[in-house]
Amino acid sequence: MKILGLVIVTLTGAVLIWATGEFPGWGDPNSPASLHVSPRYIEKTLEETSVPNAVTSVLADYRGYDTMFETTVIFAAGVSCFMLLRLFAGQEPEAVHYRHLLTGLTLRVRRRKESLEELEEFERMDSLWTPHDIILRTLCRFLIPFIQLFALYVIAHGHHSPGGGFQGGVILGASLILLAIAQDMRSALDRVRERTLAMLSALGVSVYAGTGALCLLLGSNFLDYAALAKVIWVDPVGARSLGIFLVEVGVGMAVMATMILIYHNLASEGRLDEGL
Amino acid sequence: MEDALQLLIAKYNYWIYITLMMIGLYGVIAKNNLVKKIVGMSIFQTAIILFFVSMGMKKGATIPIVVHEEASHGVIRAVDYINPLPHVLMLTAIVVAVSTLGVALALAVRVYKKYGTLEEDEILEQIRKS
Repeated sequence: MKILGLVIVTLTGAVLIWATGEFPGWGDPNSPASLHVSPRYIEKTLEETSVPNAVTSVLADYRGYDTMFETTVIFAAGVSCFMLLRLFAGQEPEAVHYRHLLTGLTLRVRRRKESLEELEEFERMDSLWTPHDIILRTLCRFLIPFIQLFALYVIAHGHHSPGGGFQGGVILGASLILLAIAQDMRSALDRVRERTLAMLSALGVSVYAGTGALCLLLGSNFLDYAALAKVIWVDPVGARSLGIFLVEVGVGMAVMATMILIYHNLASEGRLDEGL
Repeated sequence: MEDALQLLIAKYNYWIYITLMMIGLYGVIAKNNLVKKIVGMSIFQTAIILFFVSMGMKKGATIPIVVHEEASHGVIRAVDYINPLPHVLMLTAIVVAVSTLGVALALAVRVYKKYGTLEEDEILEQIRKS
């Protein structure tokens, strides 16, 4: 199998390399890819959508359908991860560890004790917990708000600088995954519950599709944001910019929630009690 | 010889993607371990992403964010900005790649739970036995 694989790979590679003779050179401004639709996007983006960042306007307006279904793919991936891995009631771990905060003693309890968790001097801990993580915890406590602020900036400022819903959503998701890694999965889930995450990822897709449907209700084509001008008192060009923003917010919510959901399910094998 | 060398120098970017892509393809075909196959698939995706992004490159152009001063004079020349289209396509592809990687790993976890191994031949043997 290995030799056969090597032969196939070498042959395919050789054919592909032979085909590069026909390809445009590096950075050629006259390459076919740069000659047909993209000049129009660059030249008209400011005039038609008042968004200077051509990537954002192409993403959410000119190719709005494409992005909507990409968001749906991400949502579907989150749902399938949940379906594949999530374990429900009756799947308690075989042993739970508690730490007595005053003495530093660790207790290994066969079954989970709700009464111990209610006491203030006991803290539940992961089975593979390392005790010397105070630097990590403190640093993350300082860092995470700034990461989240930056993520919101990336989403909101995607019209004028590199950024947008996908990037901002991933950063926002990464900040909560960082919390789950640096502290533990339970404290991350206390901040944003699983139910909220599932709702957010569905809501994100609905915000995107809902913006499109709103345009349809206002008498335009699906995702033709110029129709929004009828309800928000701005000119049609400004309405496109606002429509793009709404859509980006939807994408950001869906991406953030899905990333966290996938991480939680993968890292804890679906038990959602303790992760990496 | 001169021609071949010329080809190599002029099109070296394509050689990089093809090499990466073939490493990924080899991983998918020849490796026995499912997680290694998934890693191969990710390398393959990275090669495609690099290929697309490099197709948008134009010499002497800048990022595709239109400068307001130029717009007010009414001269926006497409030659001055790199092609935004491949960036858009790859922007979504990267995030979709991450989520599909999540699904692939979730499937691998389920396979491991059921068969107790991630080696392809051992799994096939167990399926044949049952």
